[in-house]
Amino acid sequence: MDNRFVVSPSPHVHSGKSTSQLMLNVVLALMPAFAVSIYYFGLGAIIVTLISVFSCVLFEYLIQKFIFRVKPTICDCSAVVTGLLLAFNVPSNLPWYIIVLGSLFAIGVAKMSFGGLGNNIFNPAIAARIFLLISFPVQMTSWPLPVASRLQYIDAITGPTPLAIIKEGVKNGQTISQMADSIPSHMQLFMGLMGGSLGEIAAFALLIGFAWLLITRVITWHIPVSIFATIFVFTGILWLINPDIYADPVFHLLTGGVMLGAIFMATDYVTSPMHPKGMWIYGVGIGALTVIIRVWGSYPEGVSFAILIMNAFVPLINRFVKPKRFGAVVISSK
Amino acid sequence: MLNVLKTFKKGGVHPPENKISAVQPVEVLPLPAKVFIPLSQHIGAPAEALVAKGDRVKAGQLIAKSTGFVSANVHSSVSGIVESLEPVMDSSGYKRPAITINVEGDDWEPSVDRSPDLRKEITLSAQDIVKKIAEAGIVGLGGATFPTHVKLSVPTGKKAEMLVINGVECEPFLTSDHRLMLERSHELMVGIQILMKALDVPKALIGIEINKPDAISHLQSLAKSYGGIEVQPLKVKYPQGGEKQLIKALTGREVPSGGLPIDIGVVVHNVGTALAVYEAVQKSKPLVERIVTVTGKNLARPSNFLVRIGTPVSALIAAAGGLPDDTGKVVSGGPMMGKAVSSIDVPVTKGTSGILVIPATESKRKPEGVCIRCAKCVSVCPMGLEPYLLYRMGQRMQYSQMEVERVLDCMECGSCSFECPANLFLLDFIRLSKVEVGKIVRERKN
Repeated sequence: MDNRFVVSPSPHVHSGKSTSQLMLNVVLALMPAFAVSIYYFGLGAIIVTLISVFSCVLFEYLIQKFIFRVKPTICDCSAVVTGLLLAFNVPSNLPWYIIVLGSLFAIGVAKMSFGGLGNNIFNPAIAARIFLLISFPVQMTSWPLPVASRLQYIDAITGPTPLAIIKEGVKNGQTISQMADSIPSHMQLFMGLMGGSLGEIAAFALLIGFAWLLITRVITWHIPVSIFATIFVFTGILWLINPDIYADPVFHLLTGGVMLGAIFMATDYVTSPMHPKGMWIYGVGIGALTVIIRVWGSYPEGVSFAILIMNAFVPLINRFVKPKRFGAVVISSK
Repeated sequence: MLNVLKTFKKGGVHPPENKISAVQPVEVLPLPAKVFIPLSQHIGAPAEALVAKGDRVKAGQLIAKSTGFVSANVHSSVSGIVESLEPVMDSSGYKRPAITINVEGDDWEPSVDRSPDLRKEITLSAQDIVKKIAEAGIVGLGGATFPTHVKLSVPTGKKAEMLVINGVECEPFLTSDHRLMLERSHELMVGIQILMKALDVPKALIGIEINKPDAISHLQSLAKSYGGIEVQPLKVKYPQGGEKQLIKALTGREVPSGGLPIDIGVVVHNVGTALAVYEAVQKSKPLVERIVTVTGKNLARPSNFLVRIGTPVSALIAAAGGLPDDTGKVVSGGPMMGKAVSSIDVPVTKGTSGILVIPATESKRKPEGVCIRCAKCVSVCPMGLEPYLLYRMGQRMQYSQMEVERVLDCMECGSCSFECPANLFLLDFIRLSKVEVGKIVRERKN
C-alpha cells in the first residue's frame, strides 16, 4: 500500500464557504429588486442591466488577461455584482455608451488600478456612478417614470424624483404640505412608485434582499441598521423642528438610494469596516452625510457621496477601532 | 425549557460534528509487538532515560525521570526488553529521543493495583496527592500535555476557588472523552474529588456539550452522591474545550490576556486527566495507557480503544478495519487542531486523543484566493483578534506590531482558517509569527 500522506497544518476541515458563493448570494438578493425594476421600467431595465453586467465582466477579463497577465478570476462573480449594482444606480434610459464608460471606470479605475478584488478603497459601482453623474449630468438625472413607458428605452417618459421635487419646492418657498399632491404617498414610495434609478426605487424588494443577506449570513445587520437609524433620527429631529421645509423621516428612508445604498453598497466587504464597532461609526457617518447633503447640499440626493466619503475613512477606522479582545486586562510580561 | 444554554460569547464556529464512533464502547487494544515511548510527551523539559539497551522492564516501571519542575516522568507501558534508545519520529514529524521496548508477556510492577474495585476513600493529604501525581507522570490528556502536578501547585499569593472539569470534547470526530464519561464515571468522580482535595476547593464544575446527552444525564445522576460536583450542559460550539472559553462559558469570568486560569481562581483539568489521577492516587498506577478514538468517514470500524502508550498508530488503524485505500491524510488528534502525520508508524503518546483518517478527496487544501475583507475571521475569532490583519503582518514579518495586536493570545484553534471563504492560510502565518514574537518577548525579559 502506498503510504504517502498529505501533511498540512491544521485545521484539516473547511467550512466550504467561498467567495463566489458569497457573491452569488448577493446576486440572488438583488433579484427581487431587479424583478420589480423590470415590472416598472420594462425594456430599459433589462437592456441597461445586461450591458452593465456584460461590460463589467468583459473589462475584468481583459484587464486581468492582457494587463495583469494573470488567470482571469471572473468566476468569483465579483464583477457581476459590480455590474448589477452599477446598473441599479443609473436611470433605465441611459444610452449604452455611457453605461460601458461607467463599467470601464468601475472595473478599470476604481477596482483594477488599486490591484483588483480586495484592494480597492472605493466601492467601484459608487465611484462609477459619481463619475457618470459629474460627466453626464443631464442623462444621469432624467428619471423614467415607473410603468409609464415599459416598452421604450432611450425615449422613456421621464420625470423628477420625489427628492428633487422637494428640493426644488423648498428652494422656491413652497411648504411640504403644499407639495403633497406631487409627491407619492409613503405606501407608493414603499412599493417603488416613483422616478429614480433603475434598482433603487422599490424599498420592499430591497428589504427582501436584506433579509436574504442576513439569513445566508453574507452580511451582518450593523451597517444598514446604523445608516437607517441615523437618517431616521437626524431627519426626524429636523422634521420636528420645522415640518414645512423638512420632509418626514419615513419619506427620507424610502426615497432615493437609501435602501440600495445601505443594504448593498455600504456593506461591500472590501470598502467597509471589519467589525461591529467600526461598522457603527461608518454607518452613522454615512447616515449623517446623506442627510446633510440632501437637506443643505446642492444635490437632491447624497447617499452615494456619503458612502464614497466614508469609504475613504475605512482604513483609518480599521486601524484605530479595534474589536474587544478576550481578556481585556493585560498581565504585563515581566 | 426556556433557559438558554450556556456557552462562551465571542466568536466560535460549528463544524460538522461527525461523532461516528460515539456509540462504540471502549475496547482494550491487544498488546503490540513493540512500543516506542518518546521521552518528551509533555510540555517542558524532556525526561531523562533511566534504562539501557538490553534491560528488562515491567509495565508501570519508571524508565525516564522528569528533569525539572515543568517536566514529567515516563513509565514503561509494557513488560519486555529495551531494544534501543534511538530517536523515533513522533507525531510532530521530528525524530525525538525515545525508548523502544520489545514486548514480552504482561508483567506489571507489583505496587500497581490492577483490580477493578472502586476505591472511594481519599486517604492521602493534598501534598502527597500532588507528589503522587508527579511521580505517575500525569500530563493534561486533553491534548495540551501540560504536566498536571504543575497546575496543581498553586503559586503563592494565588488561591484556587473552583475546579473546572473539561468534558466538552468540542473537536469533531473525537469521542474518547465521551466514552470515558459513560464507562469510567465512578472513577472519574473520585478523580475529580482527589483534584478538589489537592487544590482545596469546595466546588467542581463539569462542562459537557449537549451533543452528549447520555453523558450529561449519567454524570448528573452520579453527581448527587459525590459532594461539590456539578454538571453543566453547554451549547455545542467550537472551541469551547479551550481552557479560557470553557471558563467563560461556565463562570462568566475572563482569563486576562497573558494570564493563567489561576489568576481568576480557576483550575481546569480534562476528564481523561481526572481518570489518570484516580488511577495514580488510588491504585498507584502511572500513566501508561489512555483512551484513543480511531475514526474517519471511510474507516471500516470507527472505534475507541484503550491503548498502551507507545503503540504504533498503524496497530490502532489495523484494529479499526485497516487503512482505507483512498486515504490521503492521517491526523493525530481532531480535524481542527490535530497534526497530520507523515507516517502511521508514529507512536501513541500521552497527548493522543484520537487518530483521524481522512480520504484523499478531502486531504488537500484548496488554493489560496485573495482577501475580500469579509471580516468573517474577525467575527469567529474567540479571542477577539483580527486574523486577516495578523496574516498580512505575518507575511511582512512585522513582528513588533503583531505583539501589539496580541498575536500571542491566539490559541491556534483554526476557526479563522476554517471559515475563510478565500481559503487563506491565516493560521499558518499566525502560527509562524507566534514563534518569532515569542522570541522577541523572551529576549526582552532576559
